[in-house]
Amino acid sequence: MNIIETNKLNLWYGAFQALINVNLNVAQNKITALIGPSGCGKSTLLRVFNRMNDLIEGVRIEGSVKLNGQETLGAETDLIELRKRVGLVFQRPNPFPLSIFENVVYGLRIHGIRNKRALEAAAEKALASVLLFDELKDDLGMNALHLSLEQQQRLCIARLLAVTPEIVLMDEPCSALDPLATMRIEELMIELKKHYSIVIVTHNMQQAARISDDCGYMLLGELVEFAGTKQIFTAPRDKRTEDYITGRFG
Amino acid sequence: MDVKLKERIAFSILLIATIIIIMPVVFIMILVLLRGLPAVSPEFVFGMPREGMRAGGIFPAIVGTVYLVLGTAVFSIPFGIMAAIYLNEYAAKNWLTRVIELAIINLAGVPSIVYGLFGLGLFVAFLNMGVSILAGSLTLAIMTLPVIITATKEALGAVPRSFREVSFSLGASRWQTVRHVVLPNAIPGIITGAILGLSRAAGETAPILFTVAAFYLPRLPRSVYDQAMALPYHIYVLSTQVPNVSVKIQYGTVLVLVSLVFIMNILASWLRARLRKRKTW
Repeated sequence: MNIIETNKLNLWYGAFQALINVNLNVAQNKITALIGPSGCGKSTLLRVFNRMNDLIEGVRIEGSVKLNGQETLGAETDLIELRKRVGLVFQRPNPFPLSIFENVVYGLRIHGIRNKRALEAAAEKALASVLLFDELKDDLGMNALHLSLEQQQRLCIARLLAVTPEIVLMDEPCSALDPLATMRIEELMIELKKHYSIVIVTHNMQQAARISDDCGYMLLGELVEFAGTKQIFTAPRDKRTEDYITGRFG
Repeated sequence: MDVKLKERIAFSILLIATIIIIMPVVFIMILVLLRGLPAVSPEFVFGMPREGMRAGGIFPAIVGTVYLVLGTAVFSIPFGIMAAIYLNEYAAKNWLTRVIELAIINLAGVPSIVYGLFGLGLFVAFLNMGVSILAGSLTLAIMTLPVIITATKEALGAVPRSFREVSFSLGASRWQTVRHVVLPNAIPGIITGAILGLSRAAGETAPILFTVAAFYLPRLPRSVYDQAMALPYHIYVLSTQVPNVSVKIQYGTVLVLVSLVFIMNILASWLRARLRKRKTW
């Protein structure tokens, strides 16, 4: 079953067309990876799914993006609801300069939850699902910026899981991390896909090959090829995909 | 000429230039302290002026200046912060915003006597407030606004973009993001800017000349519609309008005003340093 379906999606930054006729289906409870060289539009595509591009001036979007069959591009879409359902993990870990606890419950407070017990329970659950709770349960009052980068990124994921999204978008979530931390975040992602649908943008082809179920190759704003990850990496249909994954280009 | 010699010459010239520019401050401080300190006593600070300001204290002028600073704060801080939030967080980058920003920059460049005349025309005469603390505070507030708006905008702009993005991505509205993420992280800069703006207002003479300042009023103001004495204007009066005032009293008054302004500036620096220690990004 597809949780996101895009149809003839075009996006312009001013006069520059960043996405050209993108048709992509994201399957539920799977990891969908988007790969491609810098500037190919993969991060832009990711940010269409929770309308983060709306923050940039001069952006124009045409086409359709359906979430569970429901159109999300129109002016009538409730962005607050959409972003609760579609969370985003950023490239650099970006906790707020607040305590670990306050970071995790930020979204919940924003959405009006005041009850201390409820906040604590949600924080524990979210931290547990990113395997941080046992490690940090005695230091929840500590400033989040004192954590290691890997812990910070886990915390950011927990902050987002606390608002119970259906889809987790990840924009190169490991690019600031060392290989060991990267491995552990990847394990976490595989764990998370039981409950969430994940779309990850990555520069790292091995990472896409290791963790994703479906994979799309993007080039100059076009989705060149989209298929099961195994097929993309063993029998790509498009010459351009083959050039990229074999390292002749990129 | 070899590099090391050039380096030494450059270092010396830059150091000398720096010493030269701090000398006026040092001389002013020494002069004011030496001549003013003998005049300062509890009676001078808390007493009423007597014998046509040639003796007694300057209490009404101190109180007047404090009232004016408070009045200025009440009007300029809320409006300044709100305008800066609008300009930095809400306004689209179009010609209207640019015109507003240009107007604020120009507002900061208007000579202070022009503010005085403007206050006289608008608040004192047209709005019928009379020569009063209210009119003077409003005039000083308008003069202080650009400082507060600029400082607040800078403080808001220094909050990383990523904080806002995360907040939006978690489903927060723009106001929630401003309220819970941007403002708490911008507060140190905003407070510092506000205090610096107010300390400048405390020392201004021209804007209060026609709007509030009383020449000689040996009692405390009773309401915001009252005139008041104020330290900067009192100094002007003592040095030009009253014959045979002892130099001691003049410098004593200067010392009190300079101390007041210095205390505010030091408070601003201290707050900034203290609050900055807490932020680690």
